[in-house]
Amino acid sequence: MMNPEEAVYMDNNATTRVAPEVLEAMMPYLRDYYGNPSSMHRFGGQVGAAIAEAREKVANLLGADPEEIVFTSCGTESDSTAIFSALQSFPDKRHIVTTRVEHPAVKNLCESLDTLTGHKHRLSRLMVDSDGTLDLQKYEEALADDTAIVSIMWANNETGVIFPIAEMARMARERGILFHTDAVQAVGKVPINLKELDVDFLSLSGHKLHGPKGIGVLYVRRGTPFVPFLVGGHQERGRRGGTENVASIVGLGCACDLAATHMAEENSRVKALRDKLEQGLLAAIPHSMLNGHKTDRLPNTSNISFEYVEGEAILLHMDQYNICASSGSACTSGSLEPSHVLRAMGVPFTAAHGSIRYSLSIYNTEAEIDFVLEKMPPIIAGLRQMSPFWKVDA
Amino acid sequence: MWEYTNKVQQHFLHPKNVGEIEKPDGIGEVGSLACGDALKLTFKLDDKGVIADAKFKTFGCASAIASSSVLTEMIIGMTLEEAAKVTNEDIADRLGGLPKEKMHCSVMGREALESAIANYRGLKLPMAEGEIVCECFGVTDLEIIRAIKESNLRSVEEITNFTKAGGGCGKCIDRLREILMATVHQGVDIKKIAEKPKRMTTLQKIKKIEEALEREIRPGLRKDGGDIELVDVDGDFVMVSLRGSCTSCAKSQTTLKEYVEKKLRELVLDSLIVEESK
Repeated sequence: MMNPEEAVYMDNNATTRVAPEVLEAMMPYLRDYYGNPSSMHRFGGQVGAAIAEAREKVANLLGADPEEIVFTSCGTESDSTAIFSALQSFPDKRHIVTTRVEHPAVKNLCESLDTLTGHKHRLSRLMVDSDGTLDLQKYEEALADDTAIVSIMWANNETGVIFPIAEMARMARERGILFHTDAVQAVGKVPINLKELDVDFLSLSGHKLHGPKGIGVLYVRRGTPFVPFLVGGHQERGRRGGTENVASIVGLGCACDLAATHMAEENSRVKALRDKLEQGLLAAIPHSMLNGHKTDRLPNTSNISFEYVEGEAILLHMDQYNICASSGSACTSGSLEPSHVLRAMGVPFTAAHGSIRYSLSIYNTEAEIDFVLEKMPPIIAGLRQMSPFWKVDA
Repeated sequence: MWEYTNKVQQHFLHPKNVGEIEKPDGIGEVGSLACGDALKLTFKLDDKGVIADAKFKTFGCASAIASSSVLTEMIIGMTLEEAAKVTNEDIADRLGGLPKEKMHCSVMGREALESAIANYRGLKLPMAEGEIVCECFGVTDLEIIRAIKESNLRSVEEITNFTKAGGGCGKCIDRLREILMATVHQGVDIKKIAEKPKRMTTLQKIKKIEEALEREIRPGLRKDGGDIELVDVDGDFVMVSLRGSCTSCAKSQTTLKEYVEKKLRELVLDSLIVEESK
């Protein structure tokens, strides 16, 4: 096993380190307070208070009411719940608006709805521009009378590009269409105030903001028609059956508190580190390019293509130095095609296969950035020497 | 994270024979940037016809680089005839195995070697022949059938692992299943699929003749200490050169007409005429 102390971890859009404070908050509920919050006795019932407190913390980070917070098992469950709920609430509406660059949790669900529900659905999958941004006019044109739900991510996991959720949600609301956003990458990195937005459903995931894995949230705006996805007990006011994952819920509450505290740092120090890394790499390595809009972007994410070399080979060389990142190349995904996000943006094949995503967190240091800036150029140069497409004078 | 053997990691991190031989005797280039991997193999022969040096340039993942590196190590010191017998399984075995999803990397190595040998022999093999089945990766029915037979493939998933066919949009999956069923269950139907194009280009003929020589004809000749090389194909005329004990055999002309020509007519095209190149 690699020593965690030695990892230069820049893969925070994949998952994050559990904050020490979060772990500490969780431990009593794993070790001592194992009661079931639904029980009548105090030993179980007292756990319910911890859940209520966590619910409040989550609601505070999002600018929501605690009753609008439904705990789920992960971001994927939240996404599925929102979309299935809308389709069941409006059985006559069989049109969904989404984008070509959604996370598989939304993308693959929407693409397989016909099989899953036994109904025919019409999907409008919006194209993105070469910088990964959406065209609002095309979005407006896609909204139809029979649109049941719009599901568009707040920020893209691969490029960090942020979509204009406020405007898009407003346009949906004006037409009486439910609006869902997968905000798994955005929560904790950009300020969100749901009171001021026309968003009906919002998904988030604990492990992307220094909480534990296996806990998610679906925000359901008060008054939004809702059909549960997991049917069972009366937990979560009947909106999600299943005994509460108490320790993780408490951990997520703590993580949301921390996220609110660190939001400013995320957008200043972390952003500065990201910019230093990005500018340093683009300057030191010829034939490299940024994927995604330069400014409409999460403060922690940088997706850079190194032309004429392949992503998995780059990652495994980085791994020799304990540098952790990810790639949109085909070989890393187990599929044979490069990332659907980069392809939707029209990133040329020379570049798509050689894309590396660096995603930082508040735990990264300037020394780590310097280390990566020192190691990357020789890794790329070494692989290019081996590449039949690399011309020395290019 | 892939589970790569130590041998794969070693060849990936410290590849052998990277580069390009100047004035090589044979060059083989396969793959493309779009497909995500590509290999350029060059070799040089000594005066005894033994591969004295081989070098590679590879764009691709760790297993593609390792497969290329180990391939060059394997073929240096081999005669062309020996090298022609190297299979993708040999390459994978030499690496201590590859993850099944990465077997196509070893196939790429074998294809580059084949292409380099054909290049040396003056036979220009096109990258893809037969009927294209997988449009995303440009894989033909012939390549798929060959992989099914050589590596004993039994599912569409395995075909994708070995040839990449079906790994893109997935539109050809039904067709892959058909080919698999036909190839596995009915030996007779294989030929029907493989030989559908009645009007073959010279390049297609060459590849099919090479296959027939390798699979059906050489084993018979070798039993008697002989061998055969394809020299050229001009229309229906197939020029070959007999090697080993065949050269001094009084019956060599009979062998050519009664055995080689008959077999090639049966397996490739019934209008072929076999002649010995002097």
